[in-house]
Amino acid sequence: MDLNEKVITTHKLTKRFGDFVATNEITFDVYKGEIFGFLGANGAGKTTAMRMLCGLSTPSSGEASIAGYDIYKETEKVKAHIGYMSQKFSLYEDLTVMENIRLFGGIYGMSNAYIKSKSEALIQQLGMEKEVKKLVGSLPLGWKQKLAFSVAVFHEPKIVFLDEPTGGVDPITRRQFWDLIYEAADRGITIFVTTHYMDEAEYCNRISMMVDGYIKALDSPTRLKQQYSAETMDEVFFELARGAQRKGD
Amino acid sequence: MKQFLAFIRKEFYHVFRDSKTLLMLFGLPIVLIILFGFALTNEIKNSKIMVCDLAKDEASKALIDKLEANKNFQVAGLLANPNQAEAAFRKGDIKLVIIFPENFNEDLLHLKQAQVQIQADASDPNTANTLTNYATNIIRNYQQDLVLNNQAPLRIETSVRMIYNPELKGTTNFVPGVIALVLLLICVLMTSVSIVREKEKGTMEVLLVSPLNPIMVIIAKAVPYLMLSLINLTVVILLSIFLLKMPINGSIFLLFFESTLLIITALSLGLLISNSTDSQQQAMLLSLMGMLIPVMLFTGFLFPLENMPLPLQVISNLVPSKWYYIIAKAIMIKGLGITAIWKETLILIGMTLVLLTISIRKFKIRLA
Repeated sequence: MDLNEKVITTHKLTKRFGDFVATNEITFDVYKGEIFGFLGANGAGKTTAMRMLCGLSTPSSGEASIAGYDIYKETEKVKAHIGYMSQKFSLYEDLTVMENIRLFGGIYGMSNAYIKSKSEALIQQLGMEKEVKKLVGSLPLGWKQKLAFSVAVFHEPKIVFLDEPTGGVDPITRRQFWDLIYEAADRGITIFVTTHYMDEAEYCNRISMMVDGYIKALDSPTRLKQQYSAETMDEVFFELARGAQRKGD
Repeated sequence: MKQFLAFIRKEFYHVFRDSKTLLMLFGLPIVLIILFGFALTNEIKNSKIMVCDLAKDEASKALIDKLEANKNFQVAGLLANPNQAEAAFRKGDIKLVIIFPENFNEDLLHLKQAQVQIQADASDPNTANTLTNYATNIIRNYQQDLVLNNQAPLRIETSVRMIYNPELKGTTNFVPGVIALVLLLICVLMTSVSIVREKEKGTMEVLLVSPLNPIMVIIAKAVPYLMLSLINLTVVILLSIFLLKMPINGSIFLLFFESTLLIITALSLGLLISNSTDSQQQAMLLSLMGMLIPVMLFTGFLFPLENMPLPLQVISNLVPSKWYYIIAKAIMIKGLGITAIWKETLILIGMTLVLLTISIRKFKIRLA
């Protein structure tokens, strides 16, 4: 983590849907190579915030820049420097492992030769040599998730956004998944991750807790636990989310 | 461009890996063409006909016997007067009335030529056409027998009158109609489902986050289906020519050009449907229900538009296949060129532009 370089900055970023304020003047910075956890109950505004940062949704007011590019004016440049892994599985199940890698490499404008050498290294790292020509739909869920993450960072983005990436995955696979995340962070890729699992929250460098569209707390897991004199992140979460007005959707 | 090609390759993988889609894509047109072709040109047996014999002489009796002996016909009765023919048709089960004028045999022997009139109930034009052909053949055979026996040139002229639908619209005209139906249905269905599938599976978000231009996504989605539809079109046209003996009197290039235009119209419609729905079932239902019935009703190849009430005629103008049908008929049957169909072509182009604009707008709005 490099505290000298901010890759995400937001200032009073707000999204309204009619009278409903989904995210209310959120302000935070994320540093290069940081693993930044974005927590909150369902309906707290996590997904809306993330969609604005990815360029999927235009903010109602406030400012934000991603990798140094303004999210209003330089959306195309923002898109070229981020990776994204959605809540739903984000690879094509009727394409093989290799075809998926080639497709996303191609979409991000990488050359064929580069895609070839890089994908060979990736396959080896994931230990999927035998599965290269298998359809992704036939792989076990854990492998799919790991592959989806590897594809999301295949073009070496500055930031990768992970929207609840480990839903429905067993704890062992989840641990392996986080090994990949650490490795990417070591390479200088910033990780922006939303999650429901409090054990995952512990793996993050810093955590922001959203309640009813506001950021209620933002600090490292250790300090958050101290601050709320809690034993675990679970307790911190309950403490903060207790006062929530909005019910999950 | 490279991004674009990578994306198109992916679309082809989708199509070729989905055997059900493939079967529908290539099976449906072939089945439809063959089904329509043979359902509409099958042999007709034991049709009830009536005879009005004003001559009551040797030749007319001989011909009536031959008609009766033929397996296609069953003489249901005799008419005393040609004016009764209309009443007989009205009852519905009489398909043909054959009228021998007075002095039939005499004319034949002395003038060396005589006339027979065949009246047909052409409300079902295909049946009418087939039955008149049968009857004409029987009469011609009889004429040849006479020529051989008498060693003299004789001629029996048949004059055919189609009652109710004198131009025999829709006889062999169904082929352009089926082409329109097939192109429109397949293209609308395939494109709408393929885009909605990405939304449903969540991959659309990933694409929108990527540097791919959303309009590129739309075009790349449409390209494979355009190419497959052109292959489809070729198959359907070949089947029409070689299996159904459908002539193509005009320019085949013009036909392909106009068909490509219809395909693009259909693709735009598919895009619009996919942008307005959220699940594959919805998209499929909307494409099938929203397309099949209007296309069947308002193209004009199954039901003549001229006979419809005015409001329905107005609505039919909104159906792209109606215009394509006019164009395709003009090229295939009448052998006309672009000068005859430029208006219809412009209407189709206009429809395509409107549909494309709306669907691209809608696509962008969904991004925000």
